[in-house]
Amino acid sequence: MTVTTTEPAPVAPIPASSSTRLVDRVFKMRELAIFVLLLAMLALTQLGNSAFLSEQGIKDLLLNATILVLVATGQALVVITRNVDLSVGSTLGISAFAAGTYLQGGGHPVVAVVLAVLLGVGFGLLNGLLVSLGQVPALVVTLGTLYIIRGIDSIWVGSRQITAADLPDGFVDFGSGGISAVPWLALIALAVLVSTAYYLKHFGSGRELYALGSNPEAARLAGVPVRRRILLAYTFCGALAGLAGALYLARFGNVDSGTGSGYELTVVSAVVVGGVVFTGGSGTVYGAALGALLLTSVNSVLPALGVSSVWVLAINGILLILAIAVDRVVALRVASALKKRNARHG
Amino acid sequence: MTHRSAKDPAPVLALRGISKSFGAVRALRDVSLDLFPGEVHALAGENGAGKSTLIKTLAGVHRPDGGQVLLDGEPVTFHGPADARDAGIAVIYQEPTLFPDLSIAENIFMGRQPRRALGRIDHRATRTATAALMHRLGVELDPDRPARGLSIADQQIVEIAKALSFDARVLIMDEPTAALTGSEVARLFGVVRALREQGAAVLFISHRLEEIFRICERVTTLRDGALIASEPLAGMTEEDLVRRMVGRDLDELYPKQHVEAGEVALSVRRLTREGVFTDVSFEVRCGEIVGMAGLVGAGRTEVARAVFGVDRWDAGEVEVAGRALVNGAPSTAMAAGLALVPEDRRAQGLVMGMSIERNIGLTGLRTTRRAGLMDRGAERSRSLDWAVRLQVKYARIADAVSTLSGGNQQKVVLAKWLATGPAVLIVDEPTRGIDVGTKAEVHRLLSALAADGVAVLMISSDLPEILGMADRVLVMHEGRLTAEIPRSDATEETVMAAATGRAAA
Repeated sequence: MTVTTTEPAPVAPIPASSSTRLVDRVFKMRELAIFVLLLAMLALTQLGNSAFLSEQGIKDLLLNATILVLVATGQALVVITRNVDLSVGSTLGISAFAAGTYLQGGGHPVVAVVLAVLLGVGFGLLNGLLVSLGQVPALVVTLGTLYIIRGIDSIWVGSRQITAADLPDGFVDFGSGGISAVPWLALIALAVLVSTAYYLKHFGSGRELYALGSNPEAARLAGVPVRRRILLAYTFCGALAGLAGALYLARFGNVDSGTGSGYELTVVSAVVVGGVVFTGGSGTVYGAALGALLLTSVNSVLPALGVSSVWVLAINGILLILAIAVDRVVALRVASALKKRNARHG
Repeated sequence: MTHRSAKDPAPVLALRGISKSFGAVRALRDVSLDLFPGEVHALAGENGAGKSTLIKTLAGVHRPDGGQVLLDGEPVTFHGPADARDAGIAVIYQEPTLFPDLSIAENIFMGRQPRRALGRIDHRATRTATAALMHRLGVELDPDRPARGLSIADQQIVEIAKALSFDARVLIMDEPTAALTGSEVARLFGVVRALREQGAAVLFISHRLEEIFRICERVTTLRDGALIASEPLAGMTEEDLVRRMVGRDLDELYPKQHVEAGEVALSVRRLTREGVFTDVSFEVRCGEIVGMAGLVGAGRTEVARAVFGVDRWDAGEVEVAGRALVNGAPSTAMAAGLALVPEDRRAQGLVMGMSIERNIGLTGLRTTRRAGLMDRGAERSRSLDWAVRLQVKYARIADAVSTLSGGNQQKVVLAKWLATGPAVLIVDEPTRGIDVGTKAEVHRLLSALAADGVAVLMISSDLPEILGMADRVLVMHEGRLTAEIPRSDATEETVMAAATGRAAA
């Protein structure tokens, strides 16, 4: 490599080098692969059961995915910062019940949704403060808040239950309605997803979340306000879990003290299957959403093919391990490819 | 040659009487330094002379206890790295800190990206600015490429580009060439010269003397935290510089006993680990202390790890008392009578949260068990015995190792390995970071072990320690054994010459 220093030649736009294209391709491929897998699975199911992709069938698919997509979007933000939020299931459950209780008392649906979101923001802030100030691993902290929130939920709710009959008709209709095959809820999730993705790509604080997850020490040295960003990610994640709780209520109309129990594991699986690397710094919310879509579709595909639904969990597990294995192999391949290119350059 | 003109005599950055202590250790004593625009200034000194502390003071990591930092003649106080950066001081460390998942452009502009309306990042402007920086540095790096997989040399280029992007006027480079190949060094020097032409002040730290003479105009030498000299390099020889860096009397710190060397205890033949060290051969005899000197990163620790079997070797062989060791098997090395006291006692030598008793007991798990179960009594008496023999100072033997001082921790690591009754003891930096009193004790202990017929291989970056304790000195440079110097011929000059890759003595 030569060193030219004095004459300032005009800077031509640099053509993307082969190494960049390689890396780009791999990352695009990661999301593309899930997409293709999803389409193939749906197509095969359609072949086996022609009723599967009817208008109602598509609507059901999207409705089932909506809530998971929302929570996975929030979770992806947290995982990108090299943390995790295990309390999302509990947050979803308690906000759903809070919104339901409010509506039962004759409240306005919009206020109910806002209430659920605010509750989620509160728990998100709690998690964020504990993780960023306490210097305790996020896994342990949010495992703690998972039980605490669930505990509060159980004491408050007791054996009570909210059913669709307790809710305003408009709210329940909204939960199952939509434009032909596209449910309202899915549109909400899509809007949240797209704006989150835009934020992550185009705003400084969004990029700082990636920086933070990629190398925390370097982020500190680069002047990234580490604690504030972690707080932001958790608060956003909590808010989406709260919103998901309200939508859960609208969709199912049935909430008790066990709602959302164990949901956190499905959410984390969706995020990881979608290519958000668990050690932070890499992945997109679109990937997480595709992961969520894939996992919920497995739920619908198996019954449609006449396979017992007991297989669902096992298949989710296989997808998860497969995703991690693929990521690892791809990472090693990319690293060695880049090294080789460097060697040729140097 | 000097790049200072009569019109521009003011230093851009000056240190006046800087002092800094860590506990009882005085890392810097009344050090002054002037950095002028358009000069490359070398900072020289042995390991532990205070170079790192000085850099960290300039970088805003440490705050001096006394003295002043002057920027353009005005006193300044840095409360953190961000303050130093805002003042136009950039530090490039030996191991750059980048975000592996993000692109080069993002690495350079993180937190300072050009913005469009509504505070959105202007990705195109970021990329163009990065391309312009790369062009200015004369390197071909794609701004969109992720930092992962970049060579150390390219990572340093990215760090330099980062410094340029905020118009740093002072560039501090801490051993930037330690991990670079010859051609990469040449490219780096091209960049440094270009920065100098543009009026930047560069503070350059390197252990390679020939590099100091190649790129620098002036040199400031530190020894034991004190300023020795700050002078032009023109007219100086490498010998002059070495004399300023070293030149200490050896005293009772090194109670070396003369022992007749016996049989060959450890024999290493043509040992190679690809890319780490090459063709290393040496012997250590019973009763001998063999010192292994060299610069940090020369491959000494790696050789020790391979000999002990922690890392695999690619070629060569290792014999202990005539029996060949299995590649990559520490348990067979231990069974053959080999013991390794590692460099980093906190991470590799001790389980910090466990008791003294248990830590020493770790190497005896096979011998102190009865019917497959641990014999706690036997473990305790074995541990107590060694803790007492090494005069470890502790309240109770059941206390966690983390409660001990550094010197006493080091004694626990030694006890742990001596308890195995080794025929060959490899110690890696046995006295780093421990106080002088304990240091002398460790030296007495090593000397006594050799007198008992143990073969000792002592890796150390502390030159006086090597000269004071070793019967023979092996010197490594860039993964190769470059010299074997008998005690009678070993001086700071001969060892430093071999360690810096000048003509071997």
